[in-house]
Amino acid sequence: MSEENGVIYRISGPVVTAMGISPRMYEVVRVGDEGLMGEVIELHGDQSVIQVYEETSGISPGEPVVRTGQTLSVQLGPGLLTKIYDGIQRPLPELEQTMGVFITRGVDADGLDHEKIWEFTATAKAGDDIASGAVLGTVQETETIEHRVMVPPGTSGVIKSIKSGEFNVTQTVCTLEDGTEIAMMQKWPVRTPRPFIQKYAPDTPLITGQRILDFLFPLAKGGTAGIPGPFGSGKTVTQQQLAKWSDAQIVVYIGCGERGNEMTEVLTEFPHLIDPHTGKALMNRTTMIANTSNMPVAAREASVYTGITIAEYFRDMGYDVALMADSTSRWAEAMREISSRLEEMPGEEGYPAYLSSRLAEFYERAGRVETLSGDDGSISVIGAVSPPGGDISEPVSQGTLRIVKVFWGLDAGLARQRHFPAINWLNSYSLYPPALNQWYRDNISNDFPEVRTEISALLQVEAELQEIVQLVGSDALPVDQQLTLEVARMIREFFLQQNAFHDVDTYSDLKLQYTMAKAILSFQEESKKALAGGAMLEDVVNVPARSDLMRGRFAEGYAEKIEGLLDEMNKQISATMEAN
Amino acid sequence: MSGKEYRTITDVKGPLVFLNKTEPVAFGEIVQLRLSDGTMKNGQVLDTSDDQVIVQVFEGTASVDRQTGVKFMGDVFKLPVSTDLIGRILDGAGRPRDGGPEIVADEMADIIGAAINPYSRESPESFIQTGISAIDACTSLVRGQKLPIFSAAGLPHNDIALQIARQAKLVGSDDDFVVVFCAMGITAEEYNFFVHDLERTGALENACLFVNLADDPAVERLITPRLALTAAEYLAFEHDYHVLVIYTDMTNYCESLRQIGAAREEVPGRRGYPGYMYTDLAMLYERAGLVKGKKGSITQFPILTMPGDDITHPIPDLSGYITEGQIVISRELHQKGIYPPINVLPSLSRLMNAGIGEGKTREDHKSVSDQLYAAYAQGRELRGLVAIVGEDALNERDLQLLKFADIFENQFLRQGRDEDRSINEGTLDYAWELLSNIDTKYLVRLDQKWIDKYHPTDKKE
Repeated sequence: MSEENGVIYRISGPVVTAMGISPRMYEVVRVGDEGLMGEVIELHGDQSVIQVYEETSGISPGEPVVRTGQTLSVQLGPGLLTKIYDGIQRPLPELEQTMGVFITRGVDADGLDHEKIWEFTATAKAGDDIASGAVLGTVQETETIEHRVMVPPGTSGVIKSIKSGEFNVTQTVCTLEDGTEIAMMQKWPVRTPRPFIQKYAPDTPLITGQRILDFLFPLAKGGTAGIPGPFGSGKTVTQQQLAKWSDAQIVVYIGCGERGNEMTEVLTEFPHLIDPHTGKALMNRTTMIANTSNMPVAAREASVYTGITIAEYFRDMGYDVALMADSTSRWAEAMREISSRLEEMPGEEGYPAYLSSRLAEFYERAGRVETLSGDDGSISVIGAVSPPGGDISEPVSQGTLRIVKVFWGLDAGLARQRHFPAINWLNSYSLYPPALNQWYRDNISNDFPEVRTEISALLQVEAELQEIVQLVGSDALPVDQQLTLEVARMIREFFLQQNAFHDVDTYSDLKLQYTMAKAILSFQEESKKALAGGAMLEDVVNVPARSDLMRGRFAEGYAEKIEGLLDEMNKQISATMEAN
Repeated sequence: MSGKEYRTITDVKGPLVFLNKTEPVAFGEIVQLRLSDGTMKNGQVLDTSDDQVIVQVFEGTASVDRQTGVKFMGDVFKLPVSTDLIGRILDGAGRPRDGGPEIVADEMADIIGAAINPYSRESPESFIQTGISAIDACTSLVRGQKLPIFSAAGLPHNDIALQIARQAKLVGSDDDFVVVFCAMGITAEEYNFFVHDLERTGALENACLFVNLADDPAVERLITPRLALTAAEYLAFEHDYHVLVIYTDMTNYCESLRQIGAAREEVPGRRGYPGYMYTDLAMLYERAGLVKGKKGSITQFPILTMPGDDITHPIPDLSGYITEGQIVISRELHQKGIYPPINVLPSLSRLMNAGIGEGKTREDHKSVSDQLYAAYAQGRELRGLVAIVGEDALNERDLQLLKFADIFENQFLRQGRDEDRSINEGTLDYAWELLSNIDTKYLVRLDQKWIDKYHPTDKKE
């Protein structure tokens, strides 16, 4: 028997040990009579240790193991968008067709539809000397996204022939002088980052329409963010809001070890959502990967890599991609489970010692880059973290915080008060504002950074005043400090709270966010004047126009009305002076 | 393969038996052990290789010796299922416990259960009225949801679970629920309480019970919920029943999981529980839901008692990450004599938004719920402040909120064990009435249009 074929020696859950083959690390092998897909993760003497992506019960020692010679790869080409995959890029709708509503095993499915015909328009021409990553032509993949067919990394030469027309993804669209044939589909091993020329520093914000995120703790295009929070604090809702409203051109959403019903919700909701930037269905720009908590754990480990590889492929076309991973803790737990089956020496809390380096490698695949074709593309990565008991001193949170530049800390206390998004404004941070300030000055308003500083300073002051209030009650404070508390309450209730389930409030563009923030500062300004002129605090804060201004944000067309509401409020506040 | 009996036991450790040199044995295969006195025990293969097989014995390893005969049955664990399961009481390994005949199998179902393809699921969005205001208004339950009750020793979680089982119904539908009840390591006394209540209300005829009591083998608990869910899946997806699965107590299940992990000398995770506990629990909880093209549904109510009332303990913590919310029972409210002592603040229903609102419950439901939460949360916070500075230091708004917290607990939460409140009149209208104790200008979570329409005094007809 050649070393291509071996036999199973041992089975322990998702980990299978084979004898008689000598594969490469991370090579894909077929395990057992049913040919289950597995990946080699350890070589040990004449034994090869394999993690199997499907359920292993009923498999016996002595069954065959066959090498494939390939590492775990994804198929890249037209047809990725609007799809939903499992962790190893099998399209879930096709799995439903072949195995019914329950996921059984031993079924293979191509990541891309090999039959579907696409209209390919060549943009390169015969005689062109092309390098890796160069764009050969385009395909209108969905209504809003033009797919750029690129020369696979590692291939280059002079084009002998290229033609526009109708092709499926495996047919040759371009032939090089040396005889190399290029089809629209390329494969890429998921554990290897796709190449680029250089990384740039981010300088543009990723606008999400979520006021607390965009205004106080912005993420840059090409940046990384972590959202740790206990259960029920709104991680998934925040991630979904980002997937819906962020102004990235492509969104890759990885549901990693999460709830089945949640993925279904995304699946049923997304096709009906309209992208505010293009006016077309959001689904047009989205690829989803769903490996729910009860699907095989090894495929959960792979799902994160599958997702980021797809994201890199679109980045290479020059797009801004946003990738959400919900939740990276489940990914880390999958690593822990596999590691413990391998009987590796555990690090902290049973996680493998390489946990933090894996996390770092993953987040490092984000960034704004110069692509091989000289374009500018980016991947922003937003990872949810689910720390046990909400305590972020645990290894996954800590490993993440060491790498990411933005920290959106979710708070169970805020969630309990139904303050959503339950992001704690005191301990969250973003390191991007210095890099982005110029963009805000140029595009929104020249004093944008100053307004932001003022708003966050008010919140800080409130926190200090609250400590005193806890001891002596608010009535014991001087009037100006009582006003500060009122202003801060307005920031919290009017500005930071945002209802993700309300048709209007769910999204505020940056301009409106700025106007709302200015309105709060103007309230403070006018009230101070009124108080100095002898008005009573009670009267000032209770002017009816103020609650009109605050409630108004739920009404359609608020952006047009807000100035008028603000004027009315200021007028009423001034009037309180005369009343006395 | 079957038929051959091995006498090659080398080690026995806790619930595990280690054997040498067998023919190839499949992972997950079921095993029969014949003791020297003729007693039979059942087990399952946990680890298999050419040289060694590890078997977990459900009934415990008492009296197992090196002469014990071990037979591999050539198949994974299966439950005989048929609609005859309804009205039956089975033990923790699926054998009749009520003295009735064996179940005549319509088919044999693998108890591990395959994952539902997320693409094939249907979004749960039918509101279930439980008749309990705290749940219906604030943590609304929908059909196909998994909503655990986080309780602790000495609290009336069983009463609440039973009240839900009794009263749960879809508004405007006559579809009844079939209850699948799964007991894991509960005492005979608790078990009798459940059975008597189910008998009293006639629900027993519409129920199927799987029972592993405190003195039954601990390892058996690992399969009991799987049997119950297999039965539930069969009834829901083959016979269109709406199934309500209640299992109690998940804490005992997790203890058994830890026991096996320790016996296998696995690297433990937090507090000695195995690192794969999240995945293992998910394999149970995720077996809830609706499936495209099938009429039936599975709604789960796992009950777990939080050790030391600690919600960050790994069992409630991991559960909370998988389930679609939680109902938290509070000792403080219980000691104030309030039934049901549901603390709505840490309680949550993630699927609530899909199940409420116009056409499902009522258009103002979401606003009312948000307002109740916000007002009660602030009121409770103020109690702490009042304890230090006294009520005199509070302004008008705070005073109203403080009072509202008491009103909320004593009138809204508190209800009788047999009191079945309807969602519109019994719960939402009542909430408006109680909220009218607060000045409208402080009710910032309520849309003006709902105030105009529903506020008892500010209503604009």
